[in-house]
Amino acid sequence: MISRRKLLAGIPAAGSVLLTACKDSLPPSFGSFFDASNTLTFASHRLLLRNQPLVREFTRDKITKNFPAINETNPKSDRYQHLLAGGFSEWRLPIAGLVSKPGELSLETLKRLPSRTQVTQHNCEQGWSAIAEWTGLPLGRVLQEVGMLPQARYVVFHTVDGWWDSLDMFDALHPQTLLAYGMNGGDLPVAHGAPVRLRVERQLGYKSLKYVSRIDVTEHLDDVEDGTGAVGAAYGYSWYAGI
Amino acid sequence: MSHNLLVRVTHWINFLSFVALAVSGVAILMAHPRFYWGESGYFDTPAAFELPLSVNLDQTGWGRDLHFLAAWIAVINGSIYVVWSLVLRHFRFTEYKYLQRLAYLSVIFGLLPLTILTGLTLSPAVTAAFPMLFAIFGGRQSARTIHFFAADLLVLFLIVHVIMTIRSGSVNSMIGAGAK
Repeated sequence: MISRRKLLAGIPAAGSVLLTACKDSLPPSFGSFFDASNTLTFASHRLLLRNQPLVREFTRDKITKNFPAINETNPKSDRYQHLLAGGFSEWRLPIAGLVSKPGELSLETLKRLPSRTQVTQHNCEQGWSAIAEWTGLPLGRVLQEVGMLPQARYVVFHTVDGWWDSLDMFDALHPQTLLAYGMNGGDLPVAHGAPVRLRVERQLGYKSLKYVSRIDVTEHLDDVEDGTGAVGAAYGYSWYAGI
Repeated sequence: MSHNLLVRVTHWINFLSFVALAVSGVAILMAHPRFYWGESGYFDTPAAFELPLSVNLDQTGWGRDLHFLAAWIAVINGSIYVVWSLVLRHFRFTEYKYLQRLAYLSVIFGLLPLTILTGLTLSPAVTAAFPMLFAIFGGRQSARTIHFFAADLLVLFLIVHVIMTIRSGSVNSMIGAGAK
Protein backbone atom coordinates (compact mmCIF):
# COMPACT_ATOMS: atom_id res chain seq x y z
CA MET A 1 0.00 0.00 0.00
CA ILE A 2 1.19 3.52 -0.73
CA SER A 3 1.52 5.68 2.37
CA ARG A 4 0.11 9.19 2.38
CA ARG A 5 3.61 10.64 2.71
CA LYS A 6 4.81 8.78 -0.38
CA LEU A 7 1.73 9.88 -2.25
CA LEU A 8 2.28 13.53 -1.29
CA ALA A 9 5.97 13.33 -2.21
CA GLY A 10 4.96 12.00 -5.60
CA ILE A 11 2.86 15.06 -6.49
CA PRO A 12 5.76 17.42 -7.38
CA ALA A 13 7.45 14.65 -9.35
CA ALA A 14 4.28 13.88 -11.29
CA GLY A 15 3.75 17.60 -11.76
CA SER A 16 7.17 18.15 -13.29
CA VAL A 17 6.76 15.17 -15.62
CA LEU A 18 3.38 16.52 -16.72
CA LEU A 19 4.76 20.03 -17.22
CA THR A 20 7.68 18.79 -19.31
CA ALA A 21 5.34 16.69 -21.40
CA CYS A 22 2.83 19.51 -21.77
CA LYS A 23 5.17 22.44 -22.36
CA ASP A 24 5.58 21.49 -26.00
CA SER A 25 1.85 21.33 -26.58
CA LEU A 26 0.94 24.70 -25.04
CA PRO A 27 -0.14 27.52 -27.33
CA PRO A 28 2.42 30.17 -28.30
CA SER A 29 2.73 32.86 -25.65
CA PHE A 30 3.25 36.55 -26.26
CA GLY A 31 4.35 37.56 -22.78
CA SER A 32 0.81 38.89 -22.41
CA PHE A 33 -0.96 39.39 -19.10
CA PHE A 34 -3.68 37.08 -20.43
CA ASP A 35 -1.47 34.13 -21.42
CA ALA A 36 -2.29 32.31 -18.17
CA SER A 37 -6.07 32.36 -18.59
CA ASN A 38 -5.95 31.74 -22.36
CA THR A 39 -3.69 28.73 -21.72
CA LEU A 40 -6.10 27.48 -19.07
CA THR A 41 -8.95 27.73 -21.59
CA PHE A 42 -6.83 26.00 -24.25
CA ALA A 43 -5.84 23.14 -21.92
CA SER A 44 -9.39 22.57 -20.66
CA HIS A 45 -10.76 22.54 -24.22
CA ARG A 46 -8.13 19.99 -25.26
CA LEU A 47 -9.31 17.82 -22.39
CA LEU A 48 -13.00 18.25 -23.36
CA LEU A 49 -12.25 17.60 -27.05
CA ARG A 50 -9.78 14.74 -26.54
CA ASN A 51 -11.98 12.38 -28.57
CA GLN A 52 -12.12 14.90 -31.45
CA PRO A 53 -15.92 15.29 -31.66
CA LEU A 54 -17.36 16.98 -34.74
CA VAL A 55 -19.21 20.28 -34.49
CA ARG A 56 -22.91 20.20 -35.33
CA GLU A 57 -23.75 19.88 -38.98
CA PHE A 58 -27.05 21.18 -40.32
CA THR A 59 -29.32 20.19 -43.16
CA ARG A 60 -29.15 22.39 -46.27
CA ASP A 61 -32.45 24.14 -45.49
CA LYS A 62 -30.71 25.82 -42.52
CA ILE A 63 -28.26 27.65 -44.82
CA THR A 64 -28.57 31.40 -44.27
CA LYS A 65 -29.07 33.85 -47.13
CA ASN A 66 -26.49 36.59 -47.74
CA PHE A 67 -23.74 35.09 -45.60
CA PRO A 68 -21.79 38.16 -44.42
CA ALA A 69 -18.53 38.92 -46.22
CA ILE A 70 -16.26 41.00 -44.01
CA ASN A 71 -12.69 42.35 -44.09
CA GLU A 72 -11.14 41.84 -47.55
CA THR A 73 -13.76 41.05 -50.17
CA ASN A 74 -11.75 41.44 -53.40
CA PRO A 75 -7.94 41.61 -53.14
CA LYS A 76 -6.66 44.36 -55.40
CA SER A 77 -3.23 42.92 -56.16
CA ASP A 78 -2.47 42.55 -59.89
CA ARG A 79 -1.43 38.95 -59.35
CA TYR A 80 -4.77 38.04 -57.72
CA GLN A 81 -6.82 39.89 -60.33
CA HIS A 82 -4.85 38.11 -63.07
CA LEU A 83 -5.53 34.69 -61.50
CA LEU A 84 -9.20 35.59 -61.03
CA ALA A 85 -9.52 36.63 -64.68
CA GLY A 86 -8.13 33.24 -65.68
CA GLY A 87 -10.63 31.35 -63.55
CA PHE A 88 -7.78 30.42 -61.16
CA SER A 89 -6.46 27.87 -63.67
CA GLU A 90 -2.95 29.28 -63.08
CA TRP A 91 -3.43 29.36 -59.29
CA ARG A 92 -1.00 27.20 -57.31
CA LEU A 93 -0.81 26.50 -53.58
CA PRO A 94 2.82 26.02 -52.46
CA ILE A 95 3.26 23.65 -49.51
CA ALA A 96 6.72 23.61 -47.95
CA GLY A 97 8.57 23.01 -44.70
CA LEU A 98 8.57 19.71 -42.83
CA VAL A 99 7.16 17.61 -45.66
CA SER A 100 8.86 14.93 -47.71
CA LYS A 101 7.23 16.06 -50.97
CA PRO A 102 7.14 19.88 -51.01
CA GLY A 103 5.44 21.28 -54.06
CA GLU A 104 2.55 23.21 -55.51
CA LEU A 105 -1.02 22.02 -55.71
CA SER A 106 -3.34 23.27 -58.43
CA LEU A 107 -7.03 23.86 -57.86
CA GLU A 108 -7.70 20.98 -60.22
CA THR A 109 -5.58 18.61 -58.09
CA LEU A 110 -7.32 19.75 -54.90
CA LYS A 111 -10.73 19.10 -56.48
CA ARG A 112 -9.67 15.67 -57.71
CA LEU A 113 -8.93 14.37 -54.20
CA PRO A 114 -11.83 13.01 -52.06
CA SER A 115 -13.77 16.00 -50.74
CA ARG A 116 -15.87 16.65 -47.68
CA THR A 117 -19.06 18.73 -47.61
CA GLN A 118 -20.38 20.15 -44.35
CA VAL A 119 -23.12 22.61 -43.38
CA THR A 120 -21.76 24.41 -40.32
CA GLN A 121 -22.18 27.58 -38.34
CA HIS A 122 -19.63 30.36 -38.70
CA ASN A 123 -19.15 32.22 -35.41
CA CYS A 124 -17.70 35.68 -35.82
CA GLU A 125 -15.77 37.16 -32.93
CA GLN A 126 -18.02 40.23 -33.28
CA GLY A 127 -21.00 38.21 -32.04
CA TRP A 128 -23.00 37.30 -35.14
CA SER A 129 -23.27 33.82 -36.60
CA ALA A 130 -24.40 32.40 -39.94
CA ILE A 131 -24.72 28.96 -41.53
CA ALA A 132 -23.22 27.85 -44.85
CA GLU A 133 -22.29 24.70 -46.73
CA TRP A 134 -18.59 24.25 -47.35
CA THR A 135 -16.96 21.79 -49.74
CA GLY A 136 -13.26 21.13 -49.66
CA LEU A 137 -10.38 18.87 -48.94
CA PRO A 138 -9.69 17.93 -45.31
CA LEU A 139 -6.36 19.57 -44.44
CA GLY A 140 -5.19 16.29 -42.91
CA ARG A 141 -5.54 14.68 -46.34
CA VAL A 142 -3.44 17.43 -47.92
CA LEU A 143 -0.72 16.96 -45.30
CA GLN A 144 -0.80 13.22 -45.95
CA GLU A 145 -0.45 13.91 -49.67
CA VAL A 146 2.75 15.96 -49.20
CA GLY A 147 4.24 13.53 -46.67
CA MET A 148 4.24 15.47 -43.40
CA LEU A 149 7.30 14.59 -41.29
CA PRO A 150 6.94 13.25 -37.73
CA GLN A 151 8.49 16.32 -36.04
CA ALA A 152 5.92 18.65 -37.65
CA ARG A 153 3.79 20.42 -35.02
CA TYR A 154 2.26 23.48 -36.69
CA VAL A 155 0.73 24.39 -40.02
CA VAL A 156 1.24 28.03 -40.99
CA PHE A 157 -1.07 29.72 -43.51
CA HIS A 158 -0.38 32.86 -45.53
CA THR A 159 -2.99 34.70 -47.57
CA VAL A 160 -3.14 36.85 -50.69
CA ASP A 161 -4.01 39.93 -48.59
CA GLY A 162 -1.03 39.57 -46.25
CA TRP A 163 -2.64 37.78 -43.30
CA TRP A 164 -1.09 34.75 -41.68
CA ASP A 165 -2.07 32.37 -38.92
CA SER A 166 -1.26 28.89 -37.67
CA LEU A 167 -2.87 25.75 -36.29
CA ASP A 168 -1.37 22.96 -34.23
CA MET A 169 -1.90 19.38 -35.37
CA PHE A 170 -4.81 18.83 -32.98
CA ASP A 171 -6.91 21.27 -35.03
CA ALA A 172 -5.12 20.85 -38.37
CA LEU A 173 -5.91 17.12 -38.49
CA HIS A 174 -9.53 17.45 -37.28
CA PRO A 175 -11.84 15.92 -39.93
CA GLN A 176 -13.84 19.18 -40.32
CA THR A 177 -10.76 21.37 -40.87
CA LEU A 178 -10.97 22.00 -44.62
CA LEU A 179 -9.25 23.78 -47.44
CA ALA A 180 -12.63 24.81 -48.84
CA TYR A 181 -13.11 25.59 -52.53
CA GLY A 182 -16.90 25.36 -52.63
CA MET A 183 -19.69 27.20 -50.85
CA ASN A 184 -23.43 26.44 -50.87
CA GLY A 185 -23.05 24.11 -53.85
CA GLY A 186 -21.03 26.43 -56.12
CA ASP A 187 -17.45 27.62 -56.37
CA LEU A 188 -16.20 29.66 -53.40
CA PRO A 189 -17.12 33.28 -54.26
CA VAL A 190 -14.42 35.97 -54.40
CA ALA A 191 -15.94 37.80 -51.42
CA HIS A 192 -15.57 34.65 -49.31
CA GLY A 193 -11.94 33.92 -50.16
CA ALA A 194 -11.76 32.35 -53.65
CA PRO A 195 -10.31 30.11 -54.77
CA VAL A 196 -9.51 28.46 -51.41
CA ARG A 197 -10.20 29.39 -47.80
CA LEU A 198 -9.64 27.64 -44.53
CA ARG A 199 -12.45 26.27 -42.33
CA VAL A 200 -11.59 25.75 -38.64
CA GLU A 201 -14.95 24.88 -37.15
CA ARG A 202 -14.12 24.67 -33.44
CA GLN A 203 -12.72 28.20 -33.24
CA LEU A 204 -13.99 31.72 -33.91
CA GLY A 205 -14.27 32.86 -37.51
CA TYR A 206 -11.02 34.79 -37.57
CA LYS A 207 -9.07 31.51 -37.63
CA SER A 208 -10.77 30.51 -40.93
CA LEU A 209 -8.53 32.56 -43.23
CA LYS A 210 -9.73 33.56 -46.69
CA TYR A 211 -7.56 33.65 -49.87
CA VAL A 212 -5.04 31.03 -48.69
CA SER A 213 -1.88 31.48 -50.78
CA ARG A 214 0.84 29.42 -49.08
CA ILE A 215 1.18 26.67 -46.46
CA ASP A 216 4.28 25.95 -44.36
CA VAL A 217 4.66 23.02 -41.99
CA THR A 218 6.95 23.74 -39.03
CA GLU A 219 8.09 22.47 -35.66
CA HIS A 220 8.31 25.89 -33.97
CA LEU A 221 6.50 29.18 -34.40
CA ASP A 222 9.15 31.47 -32.88
CA ASP A 223 10.98 31.83 -36.19
CA VAL A 224 7.83 32.37 -38.29
CA GLU A 225 7.17 36.06 -39.06
CA ASP A 226 7.17 37.96 -35.72
CA GLY A 227 7.06 34.74 -33.68
CA THR A 228 3.58 35.28 -32.22
CA GLY A 229 1.90 32.47 -34.18
CA ALA A 230 -0.63 34.70 -35.95
CA VAL A 231 -1.12 38.16 -37.39
CA GLY A 232 -4.00 38.59 -34.94
CA ALA A 233 -1.64 38.82 -31.95
CA ALA A 234 -0.61 42.30 -33.11
CA TYR A 235 -4.29 43.33 -32.86
CA GLY A 236 -4.82 41.75 -29.44
CA TYR A 237 -6.57 38.62 -30.74
CA SER A 238 -5.60 35.45 -28.91
CA TRP A 239 -3.96 32.69 -30.98
CA TYR A 240 -6.36 30.08 -29.64
CA ALA A 241 -9.93 31.11 -30.40
CA GLY A 242 -12.02 28.20 -29.10
CA ILE A 243 -13.17 30.66 -26.34
CA MET B 1 -21.53 39.15 12.45
CA SER B 2 -17.82 38.51 12.05
CA HIS B 3 -16.45 37.44 8.72
CA ASN B 4 -13.36 35.39 8.63
CA LEU B 5 -10.49 36.62 6.51
CA LEU B 6 -10.86 34.04 3.73
CA VAL B 7 -14.51 34.86 3.22
CA ARG B 8 -13.70 38.57 3.12
CA VAL B 9 -10.85 38.14 0.61
CA THR B 10 -12.82 35.83 -1.71
CA HIS B 11 -15.75 38.24 -1.56
CA TRP B 12 -13.62 41.18 -2.74
CA ILE B 13 -11.93 39.10 -5.48
CA ASN B 14 -15.43 38.11 -6.56
CA PHE B 15 -16.48 41.76 -6.66
CA LEU B 16 -13.45 42.77 -8.77
CA SER B 17 -13.84 39.91 -11.25
CA PHE B 18 -17.54 40.75 -11.48
CA VAL B 19 -16.83 44.35 -12.41
CA ALA B 20 -14.18 43.17 -14.93
CA LEU B 21 -16.75 40.79 -16.48
CA ALA B 22 -19.32 43.57 -16.83
CA VAL B 23 -16.86 46.07 -18.34
CA SER B 24 -15.33 43.55 -20.78
CA GLY B 25 -18.81 42.28 -21.64
CA VAL B 26 -19.77 45.75 -22.82
CA ALA B 27 -16.50 46.02 -24.79
CA ILE B 28 -17.36 42.78 -26.65
CA LEU B 29 -20.99 43.83 -27.13
CA MET B 30 -19.99 47.12 -28.80
CA ALA B 31 -18.81 45.18 -31.87
CA HIS B 32 -22.35 43.98 -32.57
CA PRO B 33 -25.03 45.45 -30.29
CA ARG B 34 -27.82 43.49 -32.00
CA PHE B 35 -29.63 40.53 -30.48
CA TYR B 36 -31.42 37.62 -32.14
CA TRP B 37 -33.39 34.53 -31.25
CA GLY B 38 -32.54 31.07 -32.62
CA GLU B 39 -29.42 29.59 -34.19
CA SER B 40 -28.12 32.41 -36.32
CA GLY B 41 -28.23 36.16 -36.64
CA TYR B 42 -26.22 38.67 -38.64
CA PHE B 43 -26.48 42.00 -40.41
CA ASP B 44 -29.25 41.03 -42.86
CA THR B 45 -31.50 39.17 -40.44
CA PRO B 46 -34.05 41.13 -38.43
CA ALA B 47 -32.86 41.74 -34.88
CA ALA B 48 -35.03 40.87 -31.87
CA PHE B 49 -33.81 44.21 -30.52
CA GLU B 50 -30.87 46.51 -30.95
CA LEU B 51 -29.06 48.60 -28.35
CA PRO B 52 -28.31 52.25 -29.08
CA LEU B 53 -24.55 51.73 -28.71
CA SER B 54 -22.16 53.14 -31.28
CA VAL B 55 -20.50 50.21 -33.05
CA ASN B 56 -16.82 49.83 -32.14
CA LEU B 57 -14.97 46.89 -33.66
CA ASP B 58 -11.61 47.49 -31.97
CA GLN B 59 -12.38 46.56 -28.35
CA THR B 60 -13.09 42.83 -28.66
CA GLY B 61 -9.47 41.58 -28.39
CA TRP B 62 -8.74 42.81 -24.86
CA GLY B 63 -12.47 42.51 -24.11
CA ARG B 64 -12.48 38.74 -24.68
CA ASP B 65 -9.11 38.27 -22.95
CA LEU B 66 -10.26 40.16 -19.84
CA HIS B 67 -13.69 38.48 -19.90
CA PHE B 68 -12.19 34.98 -19.79
CA LEU B 69 -9.46 35.88 -17.27
CA ALA B 70 -12.12 37.31 -14.96
CA ALA B 71 -14.43 34.34 -15.62
CA TRP B 72 -11.70 31.87 -14.61
CA ILE B 73 -10.92 33.87 -11.48
CA ALA B 74 -14.62 34.14 -10.60
CA VAL B 75 -15.21 30.39 -11.07
CA ILE B 76 -12.11 29.32 -9.08
CA ASN B 77 -12.64 31.96 -6.39
CA GLY B 78 -16.36 31.27 -6.23
CA SER B 79 -15.77 27.55 -5.74
CA ILE B 80 -13.36 28.24 -2.86
CA TYR B 81 -15.90 30.64 -1.32
CA VAL B 82 -18.86 28.26 -1.57
CA VAL B 83 -16.95 25.28 -0.15
CA TRP B 84 -15.46 27.37 2.66
CA SER B 85 -18.78 28.98 3.47
CA LEU B 86 -20.52 25.63 3.68
CA VAL B 87 -17.81 24.43 6.07
CA LEU B 88 -18.12 27.57 8.21
CA ARG B 89 -21.88 27.80 7.75
CA HIS B 90 -21.49 31.30 6.36
CA PHE B 91 -24.93 31.02 4.77
CA ARG B 92 -26.75 31.86 7.96
CA PHE B 93 -30.01 32.66 6.35
CA THR B 94 -31.82 32.92 9.66
CA GLU B 95 -30.38 36.44 9.84
CA TYR B 96 -32.09 37.41 6.62
CA LYS B 97 -35.67 38.26 5.82
CA TYR B 98 -37.61 35.96 3.52
CA LEU B 99 -37.27 38.21 0.45
CA GLN B 100 -33.54 38.60 0.95
CA ARG B 101 -33.18 34.85 1.26
CA LEU B 102 -35.11 34.35 -1.95
CA ALA B 103 -32.94 36.90 -3.78
CA TYR B 104 -29.65 35.35 -2.69
CA LEU B 105 -30.77 31.79 -3.45
CA SER B 106 -32.11 32.69 -6.91
CA VAL B 107 -28.81 34.40 -7.75
CA ILE B 108 -26.64 31.51 -6.54
CA PHE B 109 -28.74 28.67 -7.96
CA GLY B 110 -30.47 30.49 -10.82
CA LEU B 111 -28.77 33.48 -12.39
CA LEU B 112 -25.13 32.43 -11.87
CA PRO B 113 -25.45 28.95 -13.43
CA LEU B 114 -27.61 30.42 -16.21
CA THR B 115 -24.98 33.06 -17.03
CA ILE B 116 -22.16 30.51 -16.98
CA LEU B 117 -24.02 27.95 -19.12
CA THR B 118 -25.24 30.47 -21.72
CA GLY B 119 -21.69 31.88 -21.86
CA LEU B 120 -20.31 28.39 -22.55
CA THR B 121 -22.91 27.96 -25.32
CA LEU B 122 -21.15 30.80 -27.18
CA SER B 123 -17.96 28.73 -27.36
CA PRO B 124 -17.50 26.76 -30.60
CA ALA B 125 -15.14 24.38 -28.77
CA VAL B 126 -17.25 23.72 -25.66
CA THR B 127 -20.40 23.17 -27.76
CA ALA B 128 -18.51 20.64 -29.90
CA ALA B 129 -18.04 18.64 -26.70
CA PHE B 130 -21.54 19.37 -25.29
CA PRO B 131 -23.95 19.94 -28.19
CA MET B 132 -26.92 19.55 -25.82
CA LEU B 133 -26.27 23.14 -24.73
CA PHE B 134 -27.84 24.24 -28.04
CA ALA B 135 -30.95 22.21 -27.30
CA ILE B 136 -31.25 23.66 -23.79
CA PHE B 137 -31.07 27.30 -24.90
CA GLY B 138 -32.52 27.05 -28.43
CA GLY B 139 -29.41 27.94 -30.41
CA ARG B 140 -26.30 30.05 -30.18
CA GLN B 141 -27.95 33.43 -30.70
CA SER B 142 -30.69 32.64 -28.17
CA ALA B 143 -27.96 31.76 -25.67
CA ARG B 144 -26.23 35.08 -26.40
CA THR B 145 -29.49 36.97 -25.75
CA ILE B 146 -30.19 35.07 -22.50
CA HIS B 147 -26.55 35.65 -21.43
CA PHE B 148 -27.08 39.39 -21.90
CA PHE B 149 -30.27 39.52 -19.80
CA ALA B 150 -28.94 37.21 -17.06
CA ALA B 151 -25.80 39.37 -16.80
CA ASP B 152 -27.96 42.51 -16.60
CA LEU B 153 -29.90 41.02 -13.71
CA LEU B 154 -26.63 40.12 -11.96
CA VAL B 155 -25.42 43.71 -12.30
CA LEU B 156 -28.77 44.89 -10.91
CA PHE B 157 -28.40 42.45 -8.01
CA LEU B 158 -24.85 43.70 -7.35
CA ILE B 159 -26.00 47.32 -7.18
CA VAL B 160 -28.90 46.53 -4.81
CA HIS B 161 -26.63 44.27 -2.74
CA VAL B 162 -23.99 47.01 -2.32
CA ILE B 163 -26.59 49.66 -1.43
CA MET B 164 -28.25 47.37 1.13
CA THR B 165 -25.00 46.38 2.83
CA ILE B 166 -23.99 50.04 3.07
CA ARG B 167 -27.38 51.07 4.47
CA SER B 168 -27.56 48.23 6.98
CA GLY B 169 -24.00 48.87 8.14
CA SER B 170 -22.99 45.25 7.50
CA VAL B 171 -20.50 46.55 4.90
CA ASN B 172 -18.21 47.23 7.90
CA SER B 173 -17.60 43.54 8.31
CA MET B 174 -16.50 43.34 4.63
CA ILE B 175 -13.98 46.17 4.94
CA GLY B 176 -12.75 44.87 8.28
CA ALA B 177 -13.91 47.84 10.36
CA GLY B 178 -16.48 45.80 12.25
CA ALA B 179 -14.62 42.49 12.36
CA LYS B 180 -14.40 41.02 15.81
